[in-house]
Amino acid sequence: MQDVASSVIEPDVLSRVLGSAMATGAEFAEVYAEDKRVTGLGLDDGKVEQVSSGRDRGAGIRVVNGETTGFAYTSDLTESGLLAAAQAAAQAAARGGVGVRNVGLVASPERRVSPVEVYPDSIAKATKVEMLLRANDAARASGSSIVQVSAGMGDSRKRILVANSDGLLAGDEQVRINFRVSAVASGDTGMQTGVQSIGGTIGFELFDDNDVEDLARRAAAQALTKLRARPAPSGSMPVVIKCGTGGVLFHEACGHGLEADLVSKGASVYAGRRGELVASPLITLVDDGTMQGEWGAIGIDDEGHPSQRNVLIENGVLTDYMWDFLRARKEGRAQSGNGRRQGYMYLPMVRMTNTYVLNGTEDPDDIVRATDRGVYVAQLGGGSVDTASGDFVFGMVEAYLIEDGRITEPLREGNLIGNGPQVLQDIDLLGNDFAMGSPGTCGKDGQGVPVGDGQPTLRVRALTIGGTAA
Amino acid sequence: MSELLALAEQVVARAQSGEQVEAYVSRGTETSVRVYEGAVEQFTSAQSEGIGVRVIRDGRTGFAYAGTLDARVIDEVLADARDNVQFGTPDEYAALASPDGVAKSPLVLWDERLASFGTDDKVRLAIDLDRMTRSGDSRIRVESADYSDGAGEAAVATSTGIRASGRENGCYVSVSTLADDNGETMTGFGFAVGRDPASLDLDRAAREAVERATRLLGAGKPTSRRTTVVLDPFVTAQFLGVISATVNGESVAKGRSLFRDRLGDTVASPLITLVDDPTDPRAYTATEVDGEGLAARRNLIVDNGVLNTFVHSSYSARRLGTTSTGNAVRGGFRGTPGCGCIAMQLVPGTRSAEEIIGDIDDGVLIQMVQGLHSGVNTVSGDFSTGASGLTIRNGSLAEPVREFTIASTLQRMLLDVAELGNDLEWLPMRATGLSMVIRDVTVSGS
Repeated sequence: MQDVASSVIEPDVLSRVLGSAMATGAEFAEVYAEDKRVTGLGLDDGKVEQVSSGRDRGAGIRVVNGETTGFAYTSDLTESGLLAAAQAAAQAAARGGVGVRNVGLVASPERRVSPVEVYPDSIAKATKVEMLLRANDAARASGSSIVQVSAGMGDSRKRILVANSDGLLAGDEQVRINFRVSAVASGDTGMQTGVQSIGGTIGFELFDDNDVEDLARRAAAQALTKLRARPAPSGSMPVVIKCGTGGVLFHEACGHGLEADLVSKGASVYAGRRGELVASPLITLVDDGTMQGEWGAIGIDDEGHPSQRNVLIENGVLTDYMWDFLRARKEGRAQSGNGRRQGYMYLPMVRMTNTYVLNGTEDPDDIVRATDRGVYVAQLGGGSVDTASGDFVFGMVEAYLIEDGRITEPLREGNLIGNGPQVLQDIDLLGNDFAMGSPGTCGKDGQGVPVGDGQPTLRVRALTIGGTAA
Repeated sequence: MSELLALAEQVVARAQSGEQVEAYVSRGTETSVRVYEGAVEQFTSAQSEGIGVRVIRDGRTGFAYAGTLDARVIDEVLADARDNVQFGTPDEYAALASPDGVAKSPLVLWDERLASFGTDDKVRLAIDLDRMTRSGDSRIRVESADYSDGAGEAAVATSTGIRASGRENGCYVSVSTLADDNGETMTGFGFAVGRDPASLDLDRAAREAVERATRLLGAGKPTSRRTTVVLDPFVTAQFLGVISATVNGESVAKGRSLFRDRLGDTVASPLITLVDDPTDPRAYTATEVDGEGLAARRNLIVDNGVLNTFVHSSYSARRLGTTSTGNAVRGGFRGTPGCGCIAMQLVPGTRSAEEIIGDIDDGVLIQMVQGLHSGVNTVSGDFSTGASGLTIRNGSLAEPVREFTIASTLQRMLLDVAELGNDLEWLPMRATGLSMVIRDVTVSGS
């Protein structure tokens, strides 16, 4: 831990900076420092168009005084640069009163949630280029109707350090890697797209169990299948969502609404409902930052709190919200390891990590067989939610009609819309085939953070499908 | 010459024989204030800077960036970009832009009144907006009232002779509202944007935020049907943002645009005349130069329904045997320029939204859309979004509706445009808004 932390800023410098941040009589001060390196490779139109690398290094300093938070950031990590930012943050939060406090820091033991075997930055760029080219070839070999392919690989190595006026000093190293392929197929009915991605908080060993050519073939197959897709239906009907593709449903239907910052402002339909039945008794929903290797895994959150496994809904009953430092302090309770931020230029807020629904008991095939007419979603796209009303949407990237208990024709793309609390009640069948889904980026108030999700195959009794067919 | 341009020039002066080098350098400051329940909840004051370096050699492109202007780091960035250049696939069209002789339209994008606006005044604007909004209706709560401003300067230089630099500032206020009634809560928002903080229209931002939230109270699902929709100006601007992907020269060159072989064809209703004009100083995204340092210019994209031109960066132009339209776009120092529209405007119609609605027997006013990123595919043209708004019945606005979708295809929607309003609105986006009437859209509700 000391390695990660002190390699960014010396502990005695941190103590002086925190002391300066507290000089106007604030109640709390925090330094978040980050050193991040990224590499990106992009292939499009048959060519590796660009190889890029970047570095960002800086610190965000937060000072809390009553209900007011002052914040400043700087890319200057010298003591004078940090002191200037500390004074700016302190001034921003100042409400009078002067006090000087010495801050003694106690280093927390480091706990590596996602150990890395092979650091992606140790792999030759030529090797990565070759993987992109193989993905391109595999997608194009899937059919003569594949007219365009793009592929990308990105990896990042981020070291963070958090120190605060309560004496906390904690660090973490987060290594992530992802690979994505998208394909365009062209036919009599126009063009269609397919897209697949994998990623994790993991090293290059991600590719030990994941073949990029296979990923590319799946993207191509999706585009080719959709060439014969017919318009999606319009109106309300049962929807079956394949395992490992529908976690975004819970992310939007209730995940955001269980974030304590929105709850405390009364901007969530789930405010004041702890202990109540808010979902079908089949549903147990967990947010878990400790899931080794998953895209949303973290050793500590961006306020220095260790990541946790938090049960949010148990057998349909709302058990708890997700918490960051400020909201937990206000309620006089413990944080839950959900204080996250995009980077040093941003304030932390309550965010999800890996959010998933535990297994049920049904055979997934039986769930389809039990459905006379409906839609089978084999891959969901992104989504969004209005947490106050609970209305949310999510896209279907690959979907099929279910007729007489069988999956039949492919459907064109569209959004599904529902109301969170209603949809949670309407989940009537839950499979036994739990799987985690693809890496995602969750956006909130202008900040993106990596999140994971997962669920077994499930059925929602009724969702509104935003197609054009009768 | 600006300090940043001098810095960029120093980097490109190090270009070696057989190599093109571009340096993009920027620096900025920002302030933001968030008010909740009458008091400051967050106050952020910050500075940032950075450099992005692109190197092209033998048709291969390498890029590197860093979030600092520290001289030693700049050396490393140039070295990283040179290292990266070895690994690309040679592309005969890869090259930096060269000066094309098109003169810049001088624009004043810096307002000294904002530069000298005091911290206490910024806080006061957010506090005033919070108070004005809450006093607008007893059912209204304010989730947050924000003041935000930024000032930045940037410079780009290339070994091919590009030299461009400029500075700009701007500010906005925004407010998010919650309206409660009978155990349900609806949301709304309002904002005002400009360069002179004293002229921001807080009153209007507050009024709109109250109206957007309160008028949805009691909303139910609409009946599923094909009907006419009227897009609110804000929604129309978002719709134009989607359309822009279809006229992007790079998408055309790579076969991803559904209009790729339709130049000169009628692709929209004759009512549609769409221009991209970053030289109009009223546009939030107005700029003198594009992301490659070429002069920004006015481009007529759709002329009375006929597709007149695509927009090009120098790369897409070379690939398609034409010239750049000054449409390289760049999201700061962390990336290389892509291609895209910068400041879209539709030529407005002649009637107000109220007059237009007065002629509609059955329809829906779309106040907000949800999920444009997840339900719209600009390659296939499939369009489907969540929506909320107000029923239009016999020429008047009637009951509110929510939790429904609207769906069609981009191709059909453009052809089905029946009228445009005269209510042009300048928004903090790459497009302006106005009311747009589209026929025969599928509404999925109950």
